[in-house]
Amino acid sequence: MAEGKIVKVAGPVMKAEGMRGAMMYEVVRVGNYKLMGEIIQLEGDIATIQVYEETAGIKPGEPVISTGAQLSVELGPGILKQIYDGVQRPLEVIRKESGTFIARGIEVPSLDRNKKWEFTPLAKVGDKVEGGDFLGEVPETELITHRIMVPPDISGEVVEIAHKGSYTIDEIISKIKTEKGEEDVNMYQKWPVRIARPLKKKLDPVAPLISGQRVLDTFFPVAKGGTAAIPGPFGGGKTVTQHQLAKWCDAEIIVYVGCGERGNEMTEVLEEFPHLTDPNSGKPLMERTILIANTSNMPVAARDASVYTGITFGEYFRDMGYNVALMADSTSRWAEAMREISGRLEEMPGEEGYPAYLASRLANFYERSGRVETIGTHKREGSLTVVGAVSPPGGDFSEPVTQNTLRITKVFWALDASLADRRHFPAINWLRSYSLYLDTVRDWWEKKVDERWYEFRAKAMVLLQKESELQEIVQLVGPDALPEKERVALEGARVIREDFLQQNAFHEIDTYCSVTKQFKMLDIMLEFYDRANEAVSRGASARAIAEMSVRDGLSRLKYVEDSKVDEAIAKIRTNMKAEFEELVTRVVA
Amino acid sequence: MVSHIREYTSVTGVAGPLMIVEDVEGVAYGEIVEIETPHGENRRGQVLEAYEGKAIVQVFEGTGGIDTKVTKVRFTGSTLKLGVSMDMLGRIFDGTGKPIDGGPEIIPEKSLDIHGEPMNPASREFPRDFIQTGISTIDGMNTLVRGQKLPIFSGSGLPHNELAAQIARQAKVLGEEEEFAVVFGAMGITYEEASFFMTDFERTGALEKVTAFLNLANDPAIERIITPRVVLTTAEYFAYEKDMHVLVILTDLTNYCEALREIAAARGEVPGRRGYPGYMYTDLATLYERAGKTVGSRGSITQMPILTMADDDITHPIPDLTGYITEGQIVLSRELHRKGIYPPVDVLPSLSRLMKGGIGKGKTREDHANVSDQLYSAYAEGRDLRDLVAVVGEEALTEKDRKYLEFADRFEKEYVTQSKDEGRDILRTLEIGWDLLSILPERDLKRIKEDYIKSYHPKYVREK
Repeated sequence: MAEGKIVKVAGPVMKAEGMRGAMMYEVVRVGNYKLMGEIIQLEGDIATIQVYEETAGIKPGEPVISTGAQLSVELGPGILKQIYDGVQRPLEVIRKESGTFIARGIEVPSLDRNKKWEFTPLAKVGDKVEGGDFLGEVPETELITHRIMVPPDISGEVVEIAHKGSYTIDEIISKIKTEKGEEDVNMYQKWPVRIARPLKKKLDPVAPLISGQRVLDTFFPVAKGGTAAIPGPFGGGKTVTQHQLAKWCDAEIIVYVGCGERGNEMTEVLEEFPHLTDPNSGKPLMERTILIANTSNMPVAARDASVYTGITFGEYFRDMGYNVALMADSTSRWAEAMREISGRLEEMPGEEGYPAYLASRLANFYERSGRVETIGTHKREGSLTVVGAVSPPGGDFSEPVTQNTLRITKVFWALDASLADRRHFPAINWLRSYSLYLDTVRDWWEKKVDERWYEFRAKAMVLLQKESELQEIVQLVGPDALPEKERVALEGARVIREDFLQQNAFHEIDTYCSVTKQFKMLDIMLEFYDRANEAVSRGASARAIAEMSVRDGLSRLKYVEDSKVDEAIAKIRTNMKAEFEELVTRVVA
Repeated sequence: MVSHIREYTSVTGVAGPLMIVEDVEGVAYGEIVEIETPHGENRRGQVLEAYEGKAIVQVFEGTGGIDTKVTKVRFTGSTLKLGVSMDMLGRIFDGTGKPIDGGPEIIPEKSLDIHGEPMNPASREFPRDFIQTGISTIDGMNTLVRGQKLPIFSGSGLPHNELAAQIARQAKVLGEEEEFAVVFGAMGITYEEASFFMTDFERTGALEKVTAFLNLANDPAIERIITPRVVLTTAEYFAYEKDMHVLVILTDLTNYCEALREIAAARGEVPGRRGYPGYMYTDLATLYERAGKTVGSRGSITQMPILTMADDDITHPIPDLTGYITEGQIVLSRELHRKGIYPPVDVLPSLSRLMKGGIGKGKTREDHANVSDQLYSAYAEGRDLRDLVAVVGEEALTEKDRKYLEFADRFEKEYVTQSKDEGRDILRTLEIGWDLLSILPERDLKRIKEDYIKSYHPKYVREK
């Protein structure tokens, strides 16, 4: 513990002397307002501190008090359904205390100290336990059972365990005899956010994270425990895509980090999620969601804290054996915060002014994802999927944040301004995007959905690729110059593009498309293309095919409810056969 | 903060907009400084860096005439505050909030820190009230809602001022009579441009509802740093304390960013893209994010910042960072302007992110979203075909393609074009949209629900 005084203030960064004995990344309280800050550099007895709140009015000479702890979060019942700021202060509570605007130096507990939780013990006296083992459980929300775990650094024998009943998080629910003596355990633990929580071992991902978004699930799937990046210019639909994932993906816990983005986007989630139901459980989506908001007008130093806070929450629920998905929107703002702080530290800048450690920080963050075998005596698996939005300046993907992110993440969803301009949403460019999990999730799709999935997907991709080559020719010489066979390919690709890839996030049915429906849609669309090809080889014209009425059925398919899809497809199939036959007969006649 | 005033004459250095004062005591970061030059002129500045015994001060009105011998510097012990009152309506101020219309000084009802405090995201209310601007391209396809920040991306020589003035004049919320005010902030624009706005406000009798802050092109550049903050502080007072609906027009953000760059350069900071400081995103966000609506307050702040894009380049840092913060953008096109189309709004790159919440049944009309989507995709297709025609000639097109071409032409002439004093109501805008869509084959209207086609397509409307 050290107590020093401020010698320099410049924006969110300050220097204090007399700080010998303070640790790197230790949390300090700064000035008369007791603002929260973190030590980011030590030199002799001078510490450089980044401050998580507005620093106007702070004077050199004011005290700095170290707290002896690194930046930590409290993990226990009461996290879910919350909206926190970057340093885990509940914004609803702050609102009650300080009104519409966030007052400085406000101190509020991260978890509600008075609320009683219904605890059911799972361990008994005499059990040998280690870090990660379940002591009991609490029904935190309608959807999620919160498991009370032995903190990672404790192992020994349970000598006391509370009876079933209601307790606050401060009450001791168990005593564990360890080598160092008896440890009291209550329902929450503290964990420093910059340190990854321990795990037994990492496992390879196997199952896809299903989001109900056709272009993602069918074309560029991300695996549970995997990583994905969504770079895109403004207006490209990063946030809508992230929101769609947060709403519909089949993870059990969602951590949504709004890092340096718009306040209204967080409000939208807060207002909308309680009214949406999870397609898998039928319960309100908010029941499984945690929000972290460091909006663009909130202090820049807390951006960094917000992503680490988020990923620590994710790891904690992963340790309980849940599949967790974390959305960070946007990692560019975090990188810019690093750049700003680094600039104020007068560090030697790397590319475009970003600090040289940008790549390693990003890599460290994404590497905290994964499908893992968790700690604890019983074998248990959990996963943490990380999806990061990137906001490249000018939509130029060659900039450092995008490039460094792509070196780590395995899925790349490239948003494209020209698609967004013509309201092709999601504006994910199918030629630039990729997923390295195709072979990983192939097995899942083939077993759970249809064994032709991989083949169909590849066929559709080839068609789309061909379209782009043909489009170049069309731009030069016009569509009439193409042979009929190739004009049919253009029509086939158009069906995939407009009727499959495009998906309306705001349409009550189209917003979520089940995997079986996705496959059936692709199936009938490829069948259309095959039949069209055949018809052309028998003399039908591509123009006539383009005007077939069966096209209308295909394009309305996305708005058909799941229960009626089979019926609708059967109808399309019958009409399609008849119409093609008629077309060919007309030619012969 | 202890607010005893201390006076020093220990200026040791002046560089660009910055001044270094030594042998000082207890200087707070962000504190306001009053400066008296050897000629007795009074200026103001703000502490940018506070050390023990030293302060770096940014001088708002320029450093010309400051010396290192007799210049007096008073540290006021308080951050920059603005005295606000309802009497500010109908008045004109300079960029720092001093009256310049010859009227009396304002007797403040309250004194507010111009930097404001960050709004708690949990206190926000998602904006959902449709504002009818009377401009079809905005109302129909990029709807503005109360509490939104929707900038106009323009270029030199384009009629952004006319458009902004027209919006200020025509904007209204359907079916409601509520307290309404415009707070206008000019940063580094010319006298003529400012005068255009003032004359327009006067001509239409809006002036009594307007508070204007003018920092003109020949006013000190550094003053521009505080002008938008003074504007927004006034707006917040009207909105959150007096329950008014405030429209804030800020022009021209490009000049603001230039001033920001000037200070960063003077401080010797590591420059980011094109010399602008790395924290420009954060800085702009502290302005734009002050738009909004809060739970429990009846008022709202809607922002319409105007910025001119250097060489019409939308990837330039200023429009780029702005676009990442604001909730959409209205983009003006030089090509449309050359064709004589007013307002030259290019709908394709334009966007309103809050549109979906502000339209539809009970707000505008149930078919609004579908019609807008269909207009977008049809116009995009028509524009693509135009490029194709340039290469292969119109003969190579199919009958259907020609219809799309016709659609794109008529869209620009009938939907985009309107006169400077024409306020079209939303139903008329939708009607024109349907007229244009009826050029296309009905089965191509894939983005519109069948029920809506039956109810609103001119063909069926005529049948009825």
